[in-house]
Amino acid sequence: MSESGGTIFIEGGRVIDPASGVDGVRTVVVRDGVIAEVVERLDRPRDARVLDARGKWVTPGFVDLHVHLREPGQEYKETVATGARAAVAGGFTSVVAMPNTAPPNDNASVTELVRARAAAAGLARVYPVGCISRAQKGEELAEYGELKVSGCVAVSDDGKPVTSSALMRRALEYAKAFGLPVAVHEEDLLLVGKGVMNEGAASTRMGLRGIPAQAEDVMVARDLALAELTGGRLHVQHVSTEGSVRAIREARGRGVQVTAEATPHHLALTDEDLARAGYDTDFKMNPPLRSERDARAVREGIADGALDAIATDHAPHSEVEKRLEFDAAANGIVGLETAFAVCLGLARQGAFPERRLVEALTSGPARAFGLPAGTLARGAAADVAILDPGLEWRCDPGAFHSKGRNTPWKGARLVGRCTHALVGGRLVHELGGAR
Amino acid sequence: MIGRHRHCIALEAFSREEILEVLDLAVSMKEVLRRPLKKVPTLRGKMVVTLFFETSTRTRSSFETAAKILSADTLSWTAATSSVTKGETLIDTARNLEAMRPDVLVIRHSSGGAPDLVARNVSCSVVNAGDGAHEHPTQGLLDCFTLRERLGGFDGKTVAIVGDISHSRVARSDLHALTKLGARVRLCGPPTMIPMGVEKLGATVHHDLRTAVEGADAVVMLRIQHERIGDPLIPGTREYSKLWGLNVKKAEDWLIPSCVILHPGPINRGVELAPEVADGPRSVILDQVENGVAVRMAILYLLAGGPSAEASGSGRAQA
Repeated sequence: MSESGGTIFIEGGRVIDPASGVDGVRTVVVRDGVIAEVVERLDRPRDARVLDARGKWVTPGFVDLHVHLREPGQEYKETVATGARAAVAGGFTSVVAMPNTAPPNDNASVTELVRARAAAAGLARVYPVGCISRAQKGEELAEYGELKVSGCVAVSDDGKPVTSSALMRRALEYAKAFGLPVAVHEEDLLLVGKGVMNEGAASTRMGLRGIPAQAEDVMVARDLALAELTGGRLHVQHVSTEGSVRAIREARGRGVQVTAEATPHHLALTDEDLARAGYDTDFKMNPPLRSERDARAVREGIADGALDAIATDHAPHSEVEKRLEFDAAANGIVGLETAFAVCLGLARQGAFPERRLVEALTSGPARAFGLPAGTLARGAAADVAILDPGLEWRCDPGAFHSKGRNTPWKGARLVGRCTHALVGGRLVHELGGAR
Repeated sequence: MIGRHRHCIALEAFSREEILEVLDLAVSMKEVLRRPLKKVPTLRGKMVVTLFFETSTRTRSSFETAAKILSADTLSWTAATSSVTKGETLIDTARNLEAMRPDVLVIRHSSGGAPDLVARNVSCSVVNAGDGAHEHPTQGLLDCFTLRERLGGFDGKTVAIVGDISHSRVARSDLHALTKLGARVRLCGPPTMIPMGVEKLGATVHHDLRTAVEGADAVVMLRIQHERIGDPLIPGTREYSKLWGLNVKKAEDWLIPSCVILHPGPINRGVELAPEVADGPRSVILDQVENGVAVRMAILYLLAGGPSAEASGSGRAQA
């Protein structure tokens, strides 16, 4: 990605950079694509470009550990370019792309294709993830050495659990040689059965087959035990249950190497919201929306640091997969362009402090996967998000940069929006009419 | 219109008054049904289409009979598969049928919520003839009609529903309607067949058949689906029948003399219901079948021929 020359002064905004402990009105000086300094007052040279951030937040560009960019193979749902465009529109300057493409990313050629498409787009930085198992079949290990060298930052069979405990053990062990986190999608498929939503009073009323929270809990418990056995780096994806949060918190306390993420929708919505929405398939995802008690526990996990990151699990689908009976519809929703507003809303309701929200979108995820991002420290790449925390807007999926329109927030009035995003000092997103 | 509703999809959404409106009208419909010349011109020129994604002879026949007595034209469309397997989507199928200008579309589908999806995408009225494990509102209404005939009313009455509550749309519709009408509902079955959180819908849960049926004014026995065996919800029909089936001895020992027995059909004789009980004096199973026609006549009349049907125009309904 070409880094830009020149000097940019981002002035007057509330700079929130948990990684360097800054929270206050500062000027961020960007020079030659990196953060030159973050200072209280500075006389700027006459030729410097100025971004007026008064009344706004200035944060490190967000880091999303979990997106589906659908390329190669399902370009009708999303491409690396459209996904990266949606990312920067949402303030995300680094995204981690899951390998369940067609073909799956289990070798260097797919990894290189994704990176080449991202470089050509020149928007968000895209970090590919390789498969845990060859073709995500859960039988043999993929070649982590080759995946690492070609640019993968983690391995995952996301979309599917690693059913074999023996393979999971070997994955955690083998990945240690390359320092790769093993990111896991946790569900016991036999307990899930044909379930399509959380099991509880709502599934009973709706007459839909339920998935117990424990289908996730038992696999999280297993993998924490295997992480302890192997000393490998476990990353639990899209944590949705009280039991998972409790088990992860307890394991971290004992020094098990585990990190974890939660999605905006599992933080903000419940199975009762699905029930209220009728059988709207934009409320169908895996893991499913859980109970209020689970959602509260996940919010507490973000608040107290048991969970490191907010990740969107951005999962674009076309209407071909979604305008169906609830049982038949595909799992997943888009999230890049709504995540900040949804999570800011939760912070405003007291779910977690604003500073913690920014941490879970920046340094938290960057540290979990060892990415060079998530900070405004001097010398860091100038990946910056400028956010208007008071901007009210109506969520119109037709106006998304993503090809995906599948969001439960369609038509909702949201507050808080990214107005500018810089990647390597280049302005890659400016909200139309925002200034 | 049934009260506020242009469709009949879920009794959960119906008020007590809306349920009673259907039951009251069904009384006159039953009188029509019993005439020697059972034909009235009420829905002449109207069209009722039945769209079934699950096989069902009795429910479809009941709807068609109801429509024919009211002089509506009927068209029945059987879809061999749902869109879970590749093929035309449910919305496309429904829109194709809608293009034939029906007044009422009756749909049965194996997925909960399928009638809602159809109702959101067509302009005619939609009647749910059973969607997955969600609801079977016309069955719920005909059960209530039958109970009111036999018990006189619902206040202070207790109804036990026995069987696989988890997978039963009949149980859900009965439960919603009966609790709205003022009856107490007991649900009974093995713990593997009781869905999570069902007590929040206002029922008490029992695993012992005797405590569930003792003192009850009516017992609804549900059909045990053979595919549930080995699911594994129950070890087999032998133990199920012994513990949760109703035979003559249990009926005589545990039921109050006035207690009636209902079953939505088709019966597994010897599994949930012994033949002597199914054919015995407490059984109102054949009344249910007759009342089903009357109740469906009432629903078709209210949706396709009622005075407000003209005024409501072609706007889409919300519920």
